[in-house]
Amino acid sequence: MPMRHDGDDAVVPPEGPSPPAPPAAIELRGINKSFGAVRANRDVSMTVRAGTIHGIVGENGAGKSTLMSILYGFYGADSGEIRVAGKPVHIASSHDAIAAGIGMVHQHFMLVDNFTVLENVMMGAESGPLLRESIEKAHGELTRLATEYGLHVDPGAVISDLPVGALQRVEILKALYRDARILILDEPTGVLTPQEAEQLFRILSALKERGVTVIMITHKLGEVMAITDTVSVMRRGRMVAERATAETSTEELAELMVGRKLKAGVSPRAETVGAPALAVERLCLRDRYGVARIDDIGFEVRAGEIVGIAGVSGNGQSELLEVLSGITPMTAGRIVVEGREVSVAKPARPDEMRGLRLAHVPEDRQRRGLVTAFTARESSILGYQRDPAYNGRLFTDYDAVDGHCRDLMERFDVRPPLPGIISGKMSGGNQQKLILAREIDRDPKVLLVGQPTRGVDIGAIEFIHQQLADLRDRGCAILMVSVELDEIMALSDRILVMFEGRIVGEVAIKDADTSTLGLMMANAHEGASARGGTSGAEPVA
Amino acid sequence: MSAAPAELPRWIDIGLIPVINICLALLVSGLIILAIGENPVEAMAIMIRGALGYGEGIGYTLYYTTNFIFTGLAVAIAFHAGLFNIGGEGQAYIGGLGVGLAILAFDSTLPFFLLLPLGILAGAAFGAAWAAIPAWLQAYRGSHIVITTIMFNFIAYAVMVYLMVNVLIKPGQMSPESREFAAAGQLPFMHEMLAGIGITVTPTPLNLSIVWALLCCVGVWAYIWRTRWGYELRAVGHNEAAAVYAGARPRHIVVAAMCISGALAGFVGFNEIMGVHHRLLLNFPAGYGFTGIAVSLMGRNHPVGVVLASLLFGVLYQGGAELAFEVPTITRELVVTIQGLVILFSGALAYMSTPWVTRVWRALLAWRAGAAAAEGA
Amino acid sequence: MFRTTLTTIAGAVLLAATVASADEIKPAVVFDMGGKFDKSFNQGVNDGVMRFKEETGIAYREFEVTNETQREQAIRKMAQRGSDPILGVGFAQVPAIEAVAKEFPKARFTIIDGVVDLPNVQSVVFNEHEGSFLVGMIAAMASKTGKVGFVGGMDIPLIRKFACGYVAGAKHANPKIVVIQNMTGTTPSAWNDPGRGAELTKGQFDRGVDVVYAAAGGTGTGVYQAAKDAGKLAIGVDSNQNYLHPGTMLTSMVKRVDVAAYNSFKSALDGTWKPGFQALGLAEGGVDWALDEHNKALITDKMKASVEQAKADIIAGKIQVHDYMSDNTCPR
Repeated sequence: MPMRHDGDDAVVPPEGPSPPAPPAAIELRGINKSFGAVRANRDVSMTVRAGTIHGIVGENGAGKSTLMSILYGFYGADSGEIRVAGKPVHIASSHDAIAAGIGMVHQHFMLVDNFTVLENVMMGAESGPLLRESIEKAHGELTRLATEYGLHVDPGAVISDLPVGALQRVEILKALYRDARILILDEPTGVLTPQEAEQLFRILSALKERGVTVIMITHKLGEVMAITDTVSVMRRGRMVAERATAETSTEELAELMVGRKLKAGVSPRAETVGAPALAVERLCLRDRYGVARIDDIGFEVRAGEIVGIAGVSGNGQSELLEVLSGITPMTAGRIVVEGREVSVAKPARPDEMRGLRLAHVPEDRQRRGLVTAFTARESSILGYQRDPAYNGRLFTDYDAVDGHCRDLMERFDVRPPLPGIISGKMSGGNQQKLILAREIDRDPKVLLVGQPTRGVDIGAIEFIHQQLADLRDRGCAILMVSVELDEIMALSDRILVMFEGRIVGEVAIKDADTSTLGLMMANAHEGASARGGTSGAEPVA
Repeated sequence: MSAAPAELPRWIDIGLIPVINICLALLVSGLIILAIGENPVEAMAIMIRGALGYGEGIGYTLYYTTNFIFTGLAVAIAFHAGLFNIGGEGQAYIGGLGVGLAILAFDSTLPFFLLLPLGILAGAAFGAAWAAIPAWLQAYRGSHIVITTIMFNFIAYAVMVYLMVNVLIKPGQMSPESREFAAAGQLPFMHEMLAGIGITVTPTPLNLSIVWALLCCVGVWAYIWRTRWGYELRAVGHNEAAAVYAGARPRHIVVAAMCISGALAGFVGFNEIMGVHHRLLLNFPAGYGFTGIAVSLMGRNHPVGVVLASLLFGVLYQGGAELAFEVPTITRELVVTIQGLVILFSGALAYMSTPWVTRVWRALLAWRAGAAAAEGA
Repeated sequence: MFRTTLTTIAGAVLLAATVASADEIKPAVVFDMGGKFDKSFNQGVNDGVMRFKEETGIAYREFEVTNETQREQAIRKMAQRGSDPILGVGFAQVPAIEAVAKEFPKARFTIIDGVVDLPNVQSVVFNEHEGSFLVGMIAAMASKTGKVGFVGGMDIPLIRKFACGYVAGAKHANPKIVVIQNMTGTTPSAWNDPGRGAELTKGQFDRGVDVVYAAAGGTGTGVYQAAKDAGKLAIGVDSNQNYLHPGTMLTSMVKRVDVAAYNSFKSALDGTWKPGFQALGLAEGGVDWALDEHNKALITDKMKASVEQAKADIIAGKIQVHDYMSDNTCPR
């Protein structure tokens, strides 16, 4: 992401001279919360000054969301005290939280799709039985909030027509409309494009200037460094550190989150690159409305290299992986894998592509990569369920599957190492490790991998990156799609940038830097139109 | 984050909670029986004794159970593929037509041991064919299977009435029924088989087809959980995107699952036509196809659960008939009400009791932990 | 082995029966799927057995079946409990009565609307075609449009028998009459679907029909209501339904199942019960057309005269009304 900053060049957030200390906006003291045997929060205390932006970071399962859910009234704490603006409050439901001036913007938006923005904002906060009065009042209020904080959304627009960034603004408007003075945001940038994220940060700064307190849960340390004033770090249910953002660094925060030192980067890049293992020529995909999702693109991936595809989410990267893996039939062009040609006339389905030793780690592991209702054992053969190694003439040999799954779990450090566990109950990182293990285990010639570390803990990210690097060193051709520019830069040998279904730029890793890539992703770099228009025809080496 | 509540052990989830649900249903039924001035305890006793207390009752109970196993399995396997087959009634009807046509054609020429597999195959083929059309429409034309299967029930009723009244009726007969099958085309009744080994029981409609029903349970279990086709079927049912990724072909699987489902429902015809009535007639599915939905729901779409739920419904049907027979003020409508309450509590309200059972269980665990700690100290 | 069992059971029942029948009988009735309150056929039987109970004070056992298999189960259970005579209602109970009557040769069975040829079974059938012929004539004579309607329950031979007689009667009165026929449905629910009955009737009215005859059990109430709403005429069935909507109920084709049910029990009590076959037609008073204070304004003297003439001719054998059941065809 273009505006993200690494720890070294972290800009001190815009912060005026400290005003005389008013009572803390929020003070949590000794919060404990258990779910059965799991202690999600242990003796957590935290103070957030009024009119600041406070970040809470931690790995998945560290207890961040639980803590915020307690603050917003979803769960009651087992013990502990909550003070808002210096006064102890009892928050048993979200109504209590709203009454205390706390608003929350969830990671997954809670909006009625077929209602307008105005209706969504009003819903549950109508001023009387007559709708018309409420509408007039809400309209006036929305206009005021929009101008004051830069929260521009058309009040009459229907939710289902709006982009994600606008939806988030609607959620913020909902909270402000209910007079929230404290705003909690759960992973707010997870679904946003870099531009949208930047806009969000501007809004948050505006809110802060007008005295609103913002609490932001995130695992992206770059954002914490860029926007927050103070930051709390949670690990395994405990609050392990609290820092002024200006006095810390991403390295320190990462260490605090994981509880140990992280290795720096992955193993050195391979020196030798082999023959092309995957070649794509003039590939097109039109959707059923005739819109080009993939627009005449061509490239090669050679054995022993990682090609990263950068781009703002939604510019055809997802479709590219689905076409290459055989899930979606292309509408024109051809793909050559291991000497076999795939084209409109000679299509290949996912099982045939797999037969060509092309493996695929899908972008969305919950939706494609595994079946959450299946056991880990069953998910460990997804896509290979017809492999004779696991099958007799009629029946599947579940002893063999079990052994295979145990072996994968052991080698890829999947926890808990229980083949009988339901896949959906594993954490995101462990799910991803299991999928990666399944796809890497057969020593593929070509690996397609989408968002390899989305929603994965820092510890697991390190492991997954190492696995991908090792696979490349063994001579596999890897095509990686990621919206995390850091990840692309850390792993790729070459980077292709996609914009509106086309490849608008190619950069060798030695020439790559965040700002040029960021411009390419917005198709605003020098000579953009010329390159963008002809990229497909251009030989890409 | 880890917000999931403490999990209940399996035996509570699949054993205790259904029992609690049935008890709640019976409690409400008891109140209704009380309200019409009968003794609920006595009524329950009549029901249970009537269903399980003596040979004839058991025979009828198991006969109903046979039908429910077939339709319950039919719904269950479709459900695993993410399909809601409510056309079991029509598939059973047409399956029975297949059995009847096959036996009418060959009962004078073929011996029993050939007619038996012929009956099974005919029931399966006709039931499957009747389910295949809605399946194809769903897979390739996007017509919703709930709508099409229920429409196919009506078509099946009409087809059967037409055929029985105009084509297959034995001439000069009041009732729209075919001629009776020759002895070679009749499945042996259980009382006949038991008589063969010297055990005398009252005649009941229970016949050899219950053995086939149990074999079907094993077959369905093995297919769903022990074959690669069952694996792909479940994958499509749970997550079609992942199934496509895995190389499964959802359209083929939809059609295949519905064919198996229809074949299983068609075996109701095997039981009724070849096993009980020994002639083709009207109205023999008698709602078993619809009850199969409740059976499958209650049995959590697992063959073992389906057998247990079928047994429960067999008890409700036979015990209910006995109750209506013995207690004149309890009409058949009231019996249907009781059956409905059981379906309501164990189907629609199946998870109603879960929260407080969970609370009780947690309290029990805490108490036990406390006691253990006290002992340790 | 099997037969020995049966004989043993039959013997036991015989013993029980002899003890019981010393002074009183233990009658039983098994209603069919429509249920005893179907406002039609089963209800007619119910009226008859209730009348027997009121007059004699003798209680009877009863059961309403809900599926195909319960018929035999219920009848066998009655027999096992020593009930005698046992009254089966409807042709669908024929196989069940046949099976159980063989197992219990000493028990007495009566089947209404069906025939079982066994020495301990009394079969009562009705010449519905004769009664339908008369109401068909009345319909044709009352129709101003020259079009009359028929709404049946399910398309089964029994209903075709009604329809066939009705058409013949209508043609007898007016050779150019047009008869429009509809069936309500294809499942047993067709016997109790007034909504659908009304719908079909309205459809027939739209096509010019002005008199409609319903032979569809409880569905008929919808037909009569539709006729009343449209100011057209309707003809009732089974019991005398003229009173339902005086002014639009033209007449009813009365089928005295109540009498048959009552007689079965009463004759058993009196010791005059006989096995064998009875066809109750116009001559026996088993079927008839209904004329009472509710519909006399609708029936002209001329209509009455011709119907009574036809009735006498049928009884005398001068008019032969074709019975659909005799060859499963209806002459056009």
